[in-house]
Amino acid sequence: MSKITYREALNQAMAEEMARDKNVFLMGEEVAEYNGAYKVSQGLLDKFGPKRVIDTPITELGFAGLGVGAAMTGLRPIIEFMTWNFAMLALDQIVNAAAKMKYMSGGQYSVPMVFRGAGGSAARVGAQHSQSLENWLANVPGLKVVMPSNPADAKGLLKASIRDNDTVIFIENEINYGDVGEVPDGEYLIPLGKADVKRAGTDVTIVAHSRMTGFALEAARELAKEGIEAEVVDPRTIRPLDEQTILASVAKTNRAVVVEEGWRFAGIGAEISARIMEGGFDDLDAPVIRVTGKDVPMPYAANLEALALPSVREIVEAARTACGRA
Amino acid sequence: MAAKQKQDAGITHDGVFFAQETLQEMHDQMLFIRRFEEKAGQMYGLKKIGGFCHLCNGQEAVCVGLNHAAMASDYIMTSYRDHGHILARGADATAVMAELLGRAGGVVKGKGGSMHMFDADKNFAGGNGIVGEQVPIGLGFGFSNWYKDDGGVTICIMGDGGINQGAVYESFNMAALWKLPIVFMVENNQYAMGTSLDRASAETQLFKRGISFKIPGMKIDGMDVLEFKKKVAEAIEHARSGQGPILVEAMTYRYRGHSMSDPATYRTREEVDEWRTGRDPIARLESQMIDAGLASEESFKQKDREIKKEVAAIAKAAEAQPEPDASELWSDIYSDPIAGAYPYPGKVG
Ligand SMILES: Cc1ncc(C[n+]2csc(CCOP(=O)(O)OP(=O)(O)O)c2C)c(N)n1
Ligand SMILES: [Mg+2]
Repeated sequence: MSKITYREALNQAMAEEMARDKNVFLMGEEVAEYNGAYKVSQGLLDKFGPKRVIDTPITELGFAGLGVGAAMTGLRPIIEFMTWNFAMLALDQIVNAAAKMKYMSGGQYSVPMVFRGAGGSAARVGAQHSQSLENWLANVPGLKVVMPSNPADAKGLLKASIRDNDTVIFIENEINYGDVGEVPDGEYLIPLGKADVKRAGTDVTIVAHSRMTGFALEAARELAKEGIEAEVVDPRTIRPLDEQTILASVAKTNRAVVVEEGWRFAGIGAEISARIMEGGFDDLDAPVIRVTGKDVPMPYAANLEALALPSVREIVEAARTACGRA
Repeated sequence: MAAKQKQDAGITHDGVFFAQETLQEMHDQMLFIRRFEEKAGQMYGLKKIGGFCHLCNGQEAVCVGLNHAAMASDYIMTSYRDHGHILARGADATAVMAELLGRAGGVVKGKGGSMHMFDADKNFAGGNGIVGEQVPIGLGFGFSNWYKDDGGVTICIMGDGGINQGAVYESFNMAALWKLPIVFMVENNQYAMGTSLDRASAETQLFKRGISFKIPGMKIDGMDVLEFKKKVAEAIEHARSGQGPILVEAMTYRYRGHSMSDPATYRTREEVDEWRTGRDPIARLESQMIDAGLASEESFKQKDREIKKEVAAIAKAAEAQPEPDASELWSDIYSDPIAGAYPYPGKVG
């Protein structure tokens, strides 16, 4: 175990996988000489050279497609988007090509690759640079969507994603890059599709992913002061979703709050609460409550931005309501 | 005789006469943008401006030269490096500063910040944060000029990094195919973030990028406001006269890092100094004016003091403004309130 940042954990995962498999390469804007816009690829150019750590022009659609083609011929591309906002330019290759190539080719071609980069809101960067778009991607059969909430998960999940034989959408969180945590040294893999109970509790289940997991844990500490013991479940992988762990928790607590930073309309919370209704209706003592980002483009002004984002206070209030303590 | 001399006072640059008042105005506008950006940098350091903040120090001649060549009715749009362009377009500087500070009186009510400056009254359409995004949008503005036959021209600005986006070439082709009145303008400041031009472009002579679309190209010194104004006016005239689009490569340099968080270690001090002290557009115009006997070192110093004072007053006034009202969170999403788009019944928080 070492205490390292979320950023360093991702870096370690890539370095270890690149050392293990010569077919793994990293490509994206500013990943090589600049060591990454967010320094996630720090030192990789020095370690692996310019053939395996490659700076691209600003051409998201083109290099995303390059990744798809390279993966179809047996390479293991890691394609970095500086942020997922910019991946919108590459959606055609991700959705129309990577996700369906195996199906369309009757199983002849696979696309074993990772698209990764920062998602979610950053601080004060406005409408075009503060979006949580995991629900768009998770909607597509053929894609896996992974979102680590802490350094150890970041490492274990990224290593597993690079080894996965299908296309993985790996969404990091810019605000979490500097978070420090205990991370196992060397080989450490977390299977995709496994949720993690980050805090055990008996009174209400809070399902939250990515940066919102931290918010949920903070809310749980607040709630504990009032005698409400919240169980915090982090799905870690959005698709495939570990429904079993979520339902098992709800079976125990009989109440659920689902938190996400993204927009409420057709969001991840809508999917999870539908699953709870379908698979755990009899366990519920109260309706599932969603806490989400507001359905507005992200504003720049500090006061408006704070209102647009979900808050710990909103999670606490939702949990109280679910527990009939509002 | 003395009166006539005064009337004729000015500089003839390559056959184009610039009157003294025009020269002074160009100078003052460039210097204003320079001091405004310095103030913005300072305010960022004090954490009064948040997020991404891209300054245009060094690129002032492009902003000012362009706006002396374009008509007020022409359309202009650019990337996130937009402070200088919107100021040169004549937007209210207090509103621009208020936007940087996220205040209610900002050009877009505090909703956009540094990267999303708009002023529809001045025909300035952003302020676009996704690299290359404004190019197909500019195509649409140019299409509208053509469709309405309004005699207007669209000047669509992108960076040397932005010109690599695929949609740029889709736009070039359509613009040329339909002979739309568009000036595509690359601000070649030699870097896209930490990537120098030659590491991102197979063809580094960017004005040639339109050749296979039959779009003529011009490379213009963007550090010389007189030269830039003259040449870009020719480009605009080309587009306005119905000959179709043209591509302008403005050779320039940003003195600061890409954004406030970039230490810019990818270039040498000598390189920056070469541009900064050797080719600075403000110093250059000042010495041209002094040589022509149109101004003095002292008059420029005095002007600078005035501008610094003015910028300080603007910053103070902008800072005194309130933040936007909380109700603004839910406004400007749709033209009419749509059921389901607004706070949910029974919502938490
Ligand atoms: C589609 C997209 N990809 C990446 C980015 C991140 N990014 C912002 S500015 C920039 C560099 C652009 O350089 P250039 O076009 O030369 O303009 P300059 O900043 O020099 O004015 C990059 C990569 C973005 N905003 N949008
Ligand atoms: Mg540039």
